[in-house]
Amino acid sequence: MKGFSKAGWAVLSLIGACCLGVVALRRGEHINALWIVAATVSLYLVAFRYYGLFIANKVLGVDPTRATPAVINNDGLDYVPTNKHVLFGHHFAAIAGAGPLVGPVLAAQMGYLPGTLWLIAGVVLAGAVQDFMILFISSRRNGRSLGDLVREEMGQVPGTIALFGVFMIMIIILAVLAMIVVKALEGSPWGMFTVIATMPIAILMGLYMRYVRPGKIGEISIVGLVLLLAAIWYGGKVAADPVLGPMFTFTGTQITWMLIGYGFVAAVLPVWLLLAPRDYLSTFLKIGTIVGLAIGILIVMPELKMPALTQFTDGTGPVWKGSMFPFLFITIACGAVSGFHALISSGTTPKLLANEGHAAYIGYGGMLMESFVAIMAMVAASIIEPGIYFAMNSPAAAIGTDVVSAAAHITNEWGFAISPEQLTATAAEIGEHSILSRAGGAPTLAVGIAQILHAVLPGDGMMAFWYHFAILFEALFILTAVDAGTRSGRFMLQDLLGNFVPALRRTDSWVASFIATGGCVALWGYFLYQGVTDPLGGINMLWPLFGIANQMLAGVALLLCTVVLFKAKKEKYAWVPVIPAIWLLICTTAAGFIKIFSDEPTVGFLAQAHKYRDAIAAGNLLPPSKDFDQMQQVMVNNYINAGLTALFLFVVFAVLVYSVKTIAAARRSPVRTDHETPYVALKPHEVDL
Amino acid sequence: MGTALVPAGQHQAFRRTWRRLVQTARLCCGVPDYDNYVRHMQEKHPEREVMDYKTFFRERQEARFGGGKGFRCC
Repeated sequence: MKGFSKAGWAVLSLIGACCLGVVALRRGEHINALWIVAATVSLYLVAFRYYGLFIANKVLGVDPTRATPAVINNDGLDYVPTNKHVLFGHHFAAIAGAGPLVGPVLAAQMGYLPGTLWLIAGVVLAGAVQDFMILFISSRRNGRSLGDLVREEMGQVPGTIALFGVFMIMIIILAVLAMIVVKALEGSPWGMFTVIATMPIAILMGLYMRYVRPGKIGEISIVGLVLLLAAIWYGGKVAADPVLGPMFTFTGTQITWMLIGYGFVAAVLPVWLLLAPRDYLSTFLKIGTIVGLAIGILIVMPELKMPALTQFTDGTGPVWKGSMFPFLFITIACGAVSGFHALISSGTTPKLLANEGHAAYIGYGGMLMESFVAIMAMVAASIIEPGIYFAMNSPAAAIGTDVVSAAAHITNEWGFAISPEQLTATAAEIGEHSILSRAGGAPTLAVGIAQILHAVLPGDGMMAFWYHFAILFEALFILTAVDAGTRSGRFMLQDLLGNFVPALRRTDSWVASFIATGGCVALWGYFLYQGVTDPLGGINMLWPLFGIANQMLAGVALLLCTVVLFKAKKEKYAWVPVIPAIWLLICTTAAGFIKIFSDEPTVGFLAQAHKYRDAIAAGNLLPPSKDFDQMQQVMVNNYINAGLTALFLFVVFAVLVYSVKTIAAARRSPVRTDHETPYVALKPHEVDL
Repeated sequence: MGTALVPAGQHQAFRRTWRRLVQTARLCCGVPDYDNYVRHMQEKHPEREVMDYKTFFRERQEARFGGGKGFRCC
């Protein structure tokens, strides 16, 4: 039996390797998306069976007889021993978001191959390792959070530095997420109407769950979902209406101000009214769409039209600038390794873990699943005609503002054949006026999703319905993240400012919450505004900042894992977190330095700032800026971004220095010095759950 | 065949799966299993008052989103 299962795993590895071989080596003809799906699924299973369980059994020493915090502190509320499949679902829903969907779409400009390879290698060796190890470490320390863990194992100063880093990263995340929404809704009355319609629907749900039938999530979520689909359908009528259509058509700047106002109002409303019900809706929609997309890809078996590699591997791509190393790794971000998962793995999940034996399945397995979502996003972006992909994702500065110039540029300069008629027809098909320069990932992904879902459930005009369904699905959870993020940012800011003015720490004070909420909204609002008004399309500016920040946090988390292994006298296994940590440090530092110091204005923040400074001094107006005030603003923005990047680099180096110091001290000590909670044995009836 | 009862076990498996799915969906919204909470309170803290479902739901909602804890992943 054992020999048979070994043989089974060997066959599975072979299948994975062969499929990957097809994906990697076939050139000049379209390959089917199923090759990628089969390669990833079999490789992930093998990786879990061998590397995941190796980490569990050898590196960490998972002990199924040891009581977890959920068992010890069981209160039926925060600490609840939970069935492992139920907890897997919870953990996956908590880590899956916009990041793994957008990153691969942006990375597709280099072709599907580099991104796919990094998604597979990155998740197996870095992302899943981080999620799993942090979950285990937090579980052995009573479910403490990442900031507390760094403070406890490395000291007060690196703990505070890490917390400050988390706050800055959150601001960037909120800005970049909000920008994805702005780019998707700009000039789109249909999308705008459906997104606005989610608010009364959510409030209706909130009131129902509060007063009519308290806590009945299921029934009202179904009602909400039906209303949402009705809103998408009616949105099409609104867009076509001569009066209503223009009423819901807004420019990017207008939507930016609306979002900033929304963020402020939503963050002070009671949670049950808007935030919670929309969160339920977005969670169900998110899981449903991901499952639907997976089934859709299996049924439709689409061919990848994007080449495996494009000429933009040289770093001159229109979507984002920069060479494959390090910027591909920065761009892919969440689907391969995401520092933010360390916050979830040290948040609610360890408090629900029934047995340490489940940690590998939930931590390592959950991240493999997230990476699979990223693979599907890569597939969705690659089944679109490359000409359409580049028309949607290139800034106006590169392809012009009308279909004729765009088609000519993409066909003649870049070699992806596309006609103006095709561009117009695609826009009409998805119910939009134009598809040009809609960078940000969401619209491209929505076209890909719509093509897959439309092939499964065809119908006249249904393509536009599915497109707006996909846009809404992303906008919904991004708005939830903006709302929830502003709230937690407000508390973090109150805590930070409270160090200087103690009165600001009072969470019951209206003045203090007003100042902190306003400050938080102003911070992300600033970056959002500069992204939306950026001449190069904004994504080129904000996404690398986000990627650097996110990967840097992952580096911090992996350094913590390394420190803990050394302190626990398990240094012979330290290579497991050290290898990905070093790789992430190299990537983020290289990317950080290039973003600050590169001579190329489209890549380097300082070079761009100097270009605008010199142009202002010489009196040259650089389009698409309309006056010198705007140019002044672009210059200042770039100086600020350079400073922010330097700040991120400082955070990661500070944590690195403290890690090395702690490791040196741990090696000098003859005994274990880590801070695990004492062993408590599970009672026999608690073991099986 | 005909009028013979379907063995209870078949329904049992279906109902267990369904309850696990509902449990997962609720936990994704930050609401842990209420029955489990009641059982826990009765077994371990019979002297304390058990919240009714409405109070339990509101308490969980506040715990998930209030106090700056509701941060969602990117």
